[in-house]
Amino acid sequence: MATPRKGKRKSPYLKDRHTPAAYEGETVTRRSLFTGGAMAAGGIASAAFGLPALGFALGPIFEDDTPGTFLDVGPEADFNTATYVPKVITIVPRGTGEAGKTTVYVRRSDPARDRDKLGQPYIVLTTRCAHLGCPVRYVQASERFICPCHGGVYEFDGKVSGGPPVRPLDRFETKVEAGRVSVGPRFSVNSKLERHSVRDPSNHLDGLWQYLYPPRPST
Amino acid sequence: MNFLPRTKRRSHDPTEENGKAENGNGSVDIPGVLHRGPGRNGATNGNGDGNGNGEGGKGKGRVDLPALGQQAAEVPISAISWLEERTGGSAIGRALLLRKVPGHDWSYTLGSAVMFAFLSQAVTGVFLAMYYDPSVTGAYESTRHLTNDVFLGELVRGMHRWGSTVMILLLFLHMGQTFFIGAYKYPRELNWVIGVVLLVLTLAMGFTGYLLPFDQRSFWATVVGVNINASGPVVGPYLADFLRGGSEFGATTLSRFYAIHMLLIPGLIGGLIAAHLYLVIRLGTTAPPWVKAAKKKELSKEEI
Repeated sequence: MATPRKGKRKSPYLKDRHTPAAYEGETVTRRSLFTGGAMAAGGIASAAFGLPALGFALGPIFEDDTPGTFLDVGPEADFNTATYVPKVITIVPRGTGEAGKTTVYVRRSDPARDRDKLGQPYIVLTTRCAHLGCPVRYVQASERFICPCHGGVYEFDGKVSGGPPVRPLDRFETKVEAGRVSVGPRFSVNSKLERHSVRDPSNHLDGLWQYLYPPRPST
Repeated sequence: MNFLPRTKRRSHDPTEENGKAENGNGSVDIPGVLHRGPGRNGATNGNGDGNGNGEGGKGKGRVDLPALGQQAAEVPISAISWLEERTGGSAIGRALLLRKVPGHDWSYTLGSAVMFAFLSQAVTGVFLAMYYDPSVTGAYESTRHLTNDVFLGELVRGMHRWGSTVMILLLFLHMGQTFFIGAYKYPRELNWVIGVVLLVLTLAMGFTGYLLPFDQRSFWATVVGVNINASGPVVGPYLADFLRGGSEFGATTLSRFYAIHMLLIPGLIGGLIAAHLYLVIRLGTTAPPWVKAAKKKELSKEEI
């Protein structure tokens, strides 16, 4: 074993220079090479199962899973401009049973009353409250939507009338084909009834608040 | 002095505990079972005595019952010493059970109470999982079946359901006790941090477990709970997507909650409880403020 030079050169790789088989002039000792190699192998092995598992769990965040399909809700004769008709549609088709269905409120658009620029022949409102997602109910006597959980109230066209909701009720795309009405993807609207991509309940779409809730890849 | 780490405390009073910590044959009076080596059995009946009796019994043609009884009494002792020789487990037992506690009252048992609540949740949860079906179409029906039809199902589910509330209640009491005693101070800050993480994980257990019966109440409560997560600025909607497994509340949501509830979080809680206990044993517990330093000698005489 070579006698180590003391204090001449300090390298982080050479702190094992007194160990057996270390020789003069080497830049990396055998021991530090094997230590680093074992750690790198362990890191690669952990990443080999850790990263795919993480991606597997987080994948749905980055994947657009909104169905682009239109679902039939009945003939045009079923609906009018004066009141909403509740219809049940399946929004999550795969293996969800009753939990994948939701009620929507359908009404024919009235040009005299609806001055929004959304261009939908029918107005289909979700029952999901824009506060925290409880199911709202339409009350014809007051022409209001009322949420049972925290007292949110919406006007006839879905705009917020009172309570904690932060934006109007979400709407669905609609189309009329061969006299039958069908309901397509959902979208969110702000207080001026301008269209945005789907947001979760409680996400603002007005004022400065809207910048805290940007559109996300899954919708 | 109590605030110093154990190693530093020991230097103040070397006779205090080196005797029993270092070797079992020291001056401290501990059960003979825990002594090592041939001197273990004491003077009354060694191995030679037992063998002699056995040979004598052959000649007389009958069994010597008292000698057999003595041999039988030896069995658990030798089993323990066999295990001890190979594992050194008694050191762990001594560290856990024979450590010094500087003044205490019943509120010092709250931590153990939380741990037993967790163990109760773990055991009842494992057995509930034997009957539970985490699918959207089967969850409610299997919960109804295990509650109403399975023998003792109502009791086991009830223990799990109410035990969750008990655990959170005890956890807050334990946290309050730690706070008011001042036990979070140096050198136990890290244990407080671990405890806070355990609190958050326990609340997450409550949140994810609430969905599993899949009745109207649990469904809509979870919808609201996920949307409360979504209300967080910027990251909130992504967190909600992670919890739901997509933008809509669907079939993956229930299985996701089930996996988080019974695999992910319990594993984390178990590991953190081990770390929590390790730090308690390493650093010792804090004396309550009303125990004066002058009384310390008197207290240590009472111990063991």
